[in-house]
Amino acid sequence: MKIFRRCAMAGLVVGAVALLAACGSSSSSSGSAGTSSSPITIGTSLSLSGDFAADGQAFQKGYQLWVHDQNAKGGLMGHKIQLKVLSDASSPAQVVTNYQTLIGSDKVPLVFGPFSTLLTAPSARVAARYGYAFVEGAGGAPAVFTQGLHNVFDVSVPVKLNLVTWAQWVASLPASQRPKTAAFATVDDPFTSPQIPEARSILKSVGVKTVYSKVFPMEVADYTPVAGQVASTHADAFVLGSVDVPTVSAFIHSFIQQHYNPKLFIATAGPDQGATFVKAIGSGNENGIFVPNGWYPGFQKADSQQLVKEYIAKYGGTASGVNADVAEAYAVGQVLAQAVAATHSLDNGKIMSYLHSGVTLDSVQGPVKFNSLGENTAGKTLTFQWQNGNLVQSLPTSTAGSKAPTYPKPAFKG
Amino acid sequence: MSGTALLQAIVDGILTGGVYALMAAGLTLIFGVMDIINIAQGVMVVLGAYLSYELSAHLGIGLLPGLLITVPAMFALGVALEFFFMRRLREQDRTGMSILITFAVAILIEGALSAIYGVDYVQLHSSYVDKSVYVLGFYLPYIYLIGFGLAVALLAGLYWMLYRTKFGRAVRASLQNRTAADLIGINVNRTRTISVGIGVAVTAVGGMVFGATNAFNPNSGYDLISRLLAIVILGGMGSIGGAMGAAILMLVVSDVVAVAWSPTWAPLVFFAALVIVLSIRPQGLFGSPAIRAQ
Repeated sequence: MKIFRRCAMAGLVVGAVALLAACGSSSSSSGSAGTSSSPITIGTSLSLSGDFAADGQAFQKGYQLWVHDQNAKGGLMGHKIQLKVLSDASSPAQVVTNYQTLIGSDKVPLVFGPFSTLLTAPSARVAARYGYAFVEGAGGAPAVFTQGLHNVFDVSVPVKLNLVTWAQWVASLPASQRPKTAAFATVDDPFTSPQIPEARSILKSVGVKTVYSKVFPMEVADYTPVAGQVASTHADAFVLGSVDVPTVSAFIHSFIQQHYNPKLFIATAGPDQGATFVKAIGSGNENGIFVPNGWYPGFQKADSQQLVKEYIAKYGGTASGVNADVAEAYAVGQVLAQAVAATHSLDNGKIMSYLHSGVTLDSVQGPVKFNSLGENTAGKTLTFQWQNGNLVQSLPTSTAGSKAPTYPKPAFKG
Repeated sequence: MSGTALLQAIVDGILTGGVYALMAAGLTLIFGVMDIINIAQGVMVVLGAYLSYELSAHLGIGLLPGLLITVPAMFALGVALEFFFMRRLREQDRTGMSILITFAVAILIEGALSAIYGVDYVQLHSSYVDKSVYVLGFYLPYIYLIGFGLAVALLAGLYWMLYRTKFGRAVRASLQNRTAADLIGINVNRTRTISVGIGVAVTAVGGMVFGATNAFNPNSGYDLISRLLAIVILGGMGSIGGAMGAAILMLVVSDVVAVAWSPTWAPLVFFAALVIVLSIRPQGLFGSPAIRAQ
């Protein structure tokens, strides 16, 4: 019995140590470009656990797919590429440590950005101190671009404008069909906060009355008071500033329980998570809900379609399960590769000068052209809507591939 | 702000407080019996939610009937945790070391859940989860009513067990003086093992209700643990009734502040209230000074 106990304890200890080791960093070997045969290591910090784990892991897949494809084309300047990923657990403090480690200690020649504005803003400052170009795909809020940094380049569309397309469409509706009232609730996050005033301003300009507007903290013990207050206003339109699925899910379940069904419902993030979103809110409740984004799996572009095929081949699932994070990450690699190819160099100074030169680059998300702040001015924000169980492109209505929006929103299935 | 909105916030706070009391009950019971601060409690709630998810999504077993399986399963887990981890801690530094050991347990459970389920969010569904009943001008969601009812029933059961049964006397004797309990014939190790098992088993119920009211993934436990610890500290470490009272107080305060003032200030006001209460009553609202003195 004693031997059994000791063996069991030893097994548990070994398991714990192995797991702790696995939690530390997930990644490949370190090293930098040296001889022509040596690989180039690109370092990044991603949220493999914590609040942004789903997005962080999707980003990792996007980066890995790009590395695979780029290596198939010969890598960067003839060097094979290795990706070194450190996990930041969705922590703004840890992400700073990780980039200091990657650049200061590991001396990786190039870095990719992390997930979310919350983590991009502090990590871009670290990269700037070392003179590194910071190409990223998920830090599109003003908090990133107002730091006075010269090294940050966001390949996605600036998030400040995310709700504008939708709000302009609402404003264009005939007065008799247009919503009369709107409610706004947003999580206190640099990604969501800049989006709400833009939408509210457009709606206000056409006479849509704001009947509720509140900010709530990221960690909420109970969403029901906020959702209940929104429901009690019976607003025709509801705009939710969200960063994840649980927030949207909590509001939807509360609305169903309160027998409230807004004619229009848009959330800044969450509904873009495909099958995960539907699973959380319950099948049938998703129809009519809008979400803005720069990309979707049905995006009609050859390299985008190829990315979707590769993703399914490698990770399984269906096209609807490939979320925009994958494309955002892939586009980061594409843009950096074009800069390296154009400058024939891994010199971060030359790469930054090139990216600031006004050149238009190509990515799976469409064209990329940076202004002096590092914002992508060439990209277009699209708005998607869940229709009959599928997330489809719906706005702008004039854009090729757009399906007419469903309005008013079908009732929640419950 | 209307009186109706305020009343709605109070009702919401009471019902949601019941759910939090369910999740915190195991934490306060285990501390009360063993002086162990179970940092893994949040992850265990998530584990309970995943067990219910597995039964409902893949085996078609309803959330409430599923408790007949998840509660014994979590009891077995609690027994194993006590046997393999908690029993090994020395009496002198048990409380401090328990934070480290249960943190390791949390990482183990979270790692296993991540390996099995990934990081995608899921939520528990049942025909009654989104239904509500209209009472005196308010829609009361069935799932919260069920959660509150389960909280009252389970916490009353735990209280009865601790204060009205021979086993409960053995538990309290083991806590007060292990040597004396040994001398009068109480099997202290067995008593503690069963107590931890019960504490973890109750968490299965809290996990089910949590999973039906929140989308969750293996990382969701970290958001929970700080709130659960705050509840049991405010209620008084080891006090079953205190957990219920503190959970309801916490949620009512948060919800009323969210409605009357701003959701942004709700957590701050609660923690300010926590500091004020503890500065006046260091043992918490319903805690015993003797426990704090240990």
